[in-house]
Amino acid sequence: MKAWLAILARDLRLARRVGAGAELGLVFFLILVSLLPFAIGADQRFISRIAPAFLWLSALLATLLGLDRLLQADEEEGVLDQFLLAGAPLEWLLLAKALAHWLVTGLPLSLVAPLLGLMLAIEPQAMIPLALSLLVGTPALTLIGLIGAALTVSLKRGGLLLSVLVLPLTVPTLIFGATLVKEAALGRAFTTPLMLLGGMTLLMLVIAPVSAAAALRHARQ
Amino acid sequence: MNESRPTSWLQLANPAVFNRWADRLLWPLVIATTGLFAYGLYGTFFVSPADYQQGDTVRIMYIHVPAAWLALFVYAGMVLSALGTLVFRHPMADVAQKAAAPLGAAFTLVCLITGSIWGKPTWGTWWQWDARMTSVLVLLLIYLGIMALWRAVDDPLRAARAVAILTLVGAVNLPIIKFSVDWWYTLHQPASVFRLDGPTIHPSMLKPLMIMALGYLTLYLSLLLVRMKTELTLRRIDRLQRLAAEIPGERA
Repeated sequence: MKAWLAILARDLRLARRVGAGAELGLVFFLILVSLLPFAIGADQRFISRIAPAFLWLSALLATLLGLDRLLQADEEEGVLDQFLLAGAPLEWLLLAKALAHWLVTGLPLSLVAPLLGLMLAIEPQAMIPLALSLLVGTPALTLIGLIGAALTVSLKRGGLLLSVLVLPLTVPTLIFGATLVKEAALGRAFTTPLMLLGGMTLLMLVIAPVSAAAALRHARQ
Repeated sequence: MNESRPTSWLQLANPAVFNRWADRLLWPLVIATTGLFAYGLYGTFFVSPADYQQGDTVRIMYIHVPAAWLALFVYAGMVLSALGTLVFRHPMADVAQKAAAPLGAAFTLVCLITGSIWGKPTWGTWWQWDARMTSVLVLLLIYLGIMALWRAVDDPLRAARAVAILTLVGAVNLPIIKFSVDWWYTLHQPASVFRLDGPTIHPSMLKPLMIMALGYLTLYLSLLLVRMKTELTLRRIDRLQRLAAEIPGERA
């Protein structure tokens, strides 16, 4: 547990000091949202209709941002070797890394999403559900990304490959997340997509650390 | 496995033994493929009746449906290979995996393209964001990801293990993707536009379909064997070149 907290604290500190952390991801998110009206015109009603889908897509892309460096820097500096030598299970330690990544990408994203939703003229009653859907769904995205990061850790330019591997697996999360917001905007109940979204996150919580750890172990045999 | 059998599956780990077996199997498979396709295509174009609604376009089914089956079958085989790589460390498993991936992608692509050609006259559109088409498209993307990972990692053994893990993760995800896409589709459009399942299929259509499916299967197996043999040869060349490079004063 001590090692786990140490890794979490270290990653958060790194994110803060190196500056590639929360703020930059948010700026990226903001830029994507402000590019949308330039691309499709200033028709408020139309923007309002596609906003849930677009916000979820943007969240997906923003989550992808730091993923290729999630494990790579540790691999280069030999930290991952230390993880493997440490007594604690690798799965558990990777979970700390994933949590740190989510705390600097997914969490701030979820919190500012209602504000951006306002800019995209989302229905007022969908604001809280939007934040909720991202809060519940983005951990799944980070965890799927963890698998991709572990698979591409030894590659010099794994960023693009990582996206190609990870994005198809995010389809269910995207569907449930965007549907939740759409349902909420129409004033309908959104318990079903919320539960499915939570289910995705829980499932990935089980699968991702195990597969990522397996990938890292197999990579050095 | 029965140890008393002359060639157990573990002995196939020896490339020479594998090659001998592959050579023995290859020609019968090629002949079977040719025969089945000849008979199946004859059945497709001349024997099976035209659909009372779709006319002759229904004949695309005999190309399209077996391709879809194979697309899934190949992935299932790759999952077994992935287990063979990770659990049993069977050297032939990752060769099979590597050989299968592009074939699976090709069958998936054939399924999508013929589906698109079929869709134009029957539904009036080349592409529809229909649940089945969308999930097959995602399957293709996963195949492409697996192929990309194979190419990205230099060392074949490490690549094999990484791809095996990706294949297993994909296998867990595929049913969820299928389910979520079905759910997404039914939520957005009521299933009234077109009926994919249609009436239960008549025996006069079922027989050519099954023969074509068998033809696809033997085609897949023959191509798989050829590709596995090629991969073995490539690895052998690579090894020999490395050996030659290590000997000072000699060049490969």
